[in-house]
Amino acid sequence: MTPDTEPRLNWWNRMANPGQFVAWTTPLLWPLVILTAVLFVLGFWFAFFNSPEDYQMGDTVRIMYVHVPNAWLSQFVYAIMSVSALGTLVWRHPMADVSMKAAAPLGALFTALALFTGALWGRPTWGTFWEWDGRMTSTLVLLLIYLGLVALWRAFDDQLRAARVIAVFTLVGAINIPIIKFSVDWWSTLHQPASVFRPDGPRMPMSILVPLFVMFFAFTFLFLVLHLKAMHTEVKRRRVMTLKRRLAQGGPA
Amino acid sequence: MSGFAAMLRRELRLSLRGGGDVLTLVLFFIIVGAIVPFAVGPDRTLLAAIAPGIVWIAAFLAMLLGLERLFRPDHEDGALVLLRQAELPLSAIVAAKLIVHWLVSAVPLLLATPVLAVLLAMDLDSFGRTMISLALGTPALAAFGAIGAAVTVSIRRGGLIAPILIAPLSIPVLIFGVGSITSPQSGAATLFLAALSLMAVALAPFAAALAISSAED
Amino acid sequence: MIDLGPHAVFIIWAYIGVMLGIAGLIAWTLFDARRTASELSRLEARDPRRQRPAGTTP
Repeated sequence: MTPDTEPRLNWWNRMANPGQFVAWTTPLLWPLVILTAVLFVLGFWFAFFNSPEDYQMGDTVRIMYVHVPNAWLSQFVYAIMSVSALGTLVWRHPMADVSMKAAAPLGALFTALALFTGALWGRPTWGTFWEWDGRMTSTLVLLLIYLGLVALWRAFDDQLRAARVIAVFTLVGAINIPIIKFSVDWWSTLHQPASVFRPDGPRMPMSILVPLFVMFFAFTFLFLVLHLKAMHTEVKRRRVMTLKRRLAQGGPA
Repeated sequence: MSGFAAMLRRELRLSLRGGGDVLTLVLFFIIVGAIVPFAVGPDRTLLAAIAPGIVWIAAFLAMLLGLERLFRPDHEDGALVLLRQAELPLSAIVAAKLIVHWLVSAVPLLLATPVLAVLLAMDLDSFGRTMISLALGTPALAAFGAIGAAVTVSIRRGGLIAPILIAPLSIPVLIFGVGSITSPQSGAATLFLAALSLMAVALAPFAAALAISSAED
Repeated sequence: MIDLGPHAVFIIWAYIGVMLGIAGLIAWTLFDARRTASELSRLEARDPRRQRPAGTTP
């Protein structure tokens, strides 16, 4: 007689099986790709053909449509990584490891793009590519943290062990980012008391808000698609590593 | 004798036995401060203006240099595995290591600061503030360093990657450390610095212990 | 296309840079996915157990 040893699985536990996760989320991929593409086409059309210039900033306001979504993603991706880090540490959820690893390079690129567009926006607006103001400086620090995390992932041989260690560091970073932001704000107002241009300062008319929202969702969905795809790849990479180890040991006896 | 006190004594004896380490750190600290005039020129007013920043950078780099010996020797000879079996929780062991690390790396730097103050043409007032800000801020540097060292302890070339992780976390320490010497709002900066140190020292033993036990599982 | 005013260079370069960055990211993601998938199928063919867990080949 065999007792019922099969544990009852809810969706959360079933997601813990990497194969199941890939099988379940693969059908989502193409609809998300199409949605992202449509949003981008719409966003570019709004940005270049159907939005007025700002009375204050002129046409440079159009840089905002790519700058603000990237700046948002730079923080959103870190939030995703922090939640995944909690998933790794508290529930030891295997997909949380994979999500953390897949998100780090994406976050680094979006942060770099936020800095790049910010610099190109700063040149006509402030007259300089780089200003040590609170926002740009803390974004730069965030980029350094992302790059540190990417480097950390690459430095570990054993990815399963790496996940828990990196989760600890990710959460330490998450606690520190508000402190860094606060200290950098304090520091920059100290050194240049003159008020700098703030993107969210003046109230924006609908004609600017609509393209901004479309681009915001386009970039967010782009991240979701790429994150999902990178997670699938990471699942396969782990399978590759397991197989390689097994083959190197000459196969099971 | 309680386990914590025994741990403190063990760490202190181990770090003082290789007495050259402390001297090396102090020398490094002074040398970093002393080569700056060669780079920016011997202008006394300029040096006095940037002296607090130089002292803080030198202290930051010297504290990074000492991190290797925090967990790595114990990891390599297997003592860390034994320490994890101890009745004392790992976070308490890390706290003991952190205290001793601060004693043998930050206190000598504090004692060596007068030398840099003279070399960099600091006046007495800013020298006093520098001592206070270093005393308040180095615990935070040591704590963030301990987290970085714990995260990288199981990586073979971890010594290379730890500074990359620690530097962004240490930026607020540098901002408030230098701010408490030079800025018009030095009082507020000193308080922020003290708060930062308290928070970092309270957090670091748990984070570092968690990282170590995860790395060795 | 509408007139972009005196700062057209900056606007255009911002968009070009973002597009290049994103195109690079997409290309790298796809390349990495293909490479890993082909390596997986190569290794699975050599695997002595020939055991394919469900889901790894979507």
